[in-house]
Amino acid sequence: MGKFNKTGKRGMPALNTSSLPDLIFTLLFFFMIVTTMREVTLKVQFKVPQGTELEKLEKKSLVTFIYVGEPTQEFRKTMGSESRIQLNDSFAEVSDIFDYINQERTSMKEEDQPYMTVSIKADKETKMGIIADVKQALRQAYALKINYSAHPRN
Amino acid sequence: MARGNRKVPDINSSSTADIAFLLLIFFLITTSMDTDRGLARRLPPPPEKDQKLDDIVVKERNVLVVLINAEDQLMVRGEYLKVDQLREKAKEFIANPYNADDLPEKHMKNVPFFGDQRVTDKHVISVQNDRGTSYQAYIDVQNELVAAYNELRNELSTEKFGKEYAELNADQQKAVRMIYPQKISEAEPKNYGGK
Repeated sequence: MGKFNKTGKRGMPALNTSSLPDLIFTLLFFFMIVTTMREVTLKVQFKVPQGTELEKLEKKSLVTFIYVGEPTQEFRKTMGSESRIQLNDSFAEVSDIFDYINQERTSMKEEDQPYMTVSIKADKETKMGIIADVKQALRQAYALKINYSAHPRN
Repeated sequence: MARGNRKVPDINSSSTADIAFLLLIFFLITTSMDTDRGLARRLPPPPEKDQKLDDIVVKERNVLVVLINAEDQLMVRGEYLKVDQLREKAKEFIANPYNADDLPEKHMKNVPFFGDQRVTDKHVISVQNDRGTSYQAYIDVQNELVAAYNELRNELSTEKFGKEYAELNADQQKAVRMIYPQKISEAEPKNYGGK
């Protein structure tokens, strides 16, 4: 039968890719929603200590960060190489923590305020003196839920 | 003049996908999905102004004092200890399996699922560190203490329910927590010498 004629040129029909951008955009939006932008530019450098019994820090919106470490290279000249505290985008003293915590707390929703957690991200070489000062300041500010940030050890 | 209906040529959109890909990769790099992990702790509320410092008297047998000095050495109840020995020591202290006289006293307590249990609910682990202690040493100690509690709770859970502590339901976890309540206190730092 002549119906099954294979001699004619039958190219593969082109795949319609017009919806591909939409697919990619969906992916893009997904990532934009689930991830968070790095909010602060770090002015101190730190390597957090390691531990095995760590818990996950949930609900990023309830968490306030306090960074402790040596100033990065570009701030060495002005700040020296002693361990410093960073709150938001600037260096701070222990006495600033109280105001900072209260300010962060008031910017939260009222029902979330009791669940406020402060995460201390400190370099593992830091002396405990400065951390103890931070802790005392947090106690004074009634930010009692704290979290020592650490990396899991393998 | 050519005036008939001239169609606007279609813009070639085959590269939109690539543009979107570029955007996607940009966001993948600049954002972070890393879940922060850490040791959760609860600080004691600030002391009242007229509160006497010595109004809570704890019996000596109920306290496990862990001292860390500026050289990151440990002393537990008057003896030197390595960090990796601390876990066993703490477990023995918390559970007091043989009712030793110098380990925490036990009290009868009615615990759901378990019935009446003798529980060392008055024990306190007190971590005292120097201002010169390194943060890593401090976290190591905290980590070992938490590990001691976790191991005890896991042992109890597997014995009673045949499951790890983390897999129990909320009520069961609460019961296990009643038997092994986590009590780590942090004293005000002392300056044992030098900066």
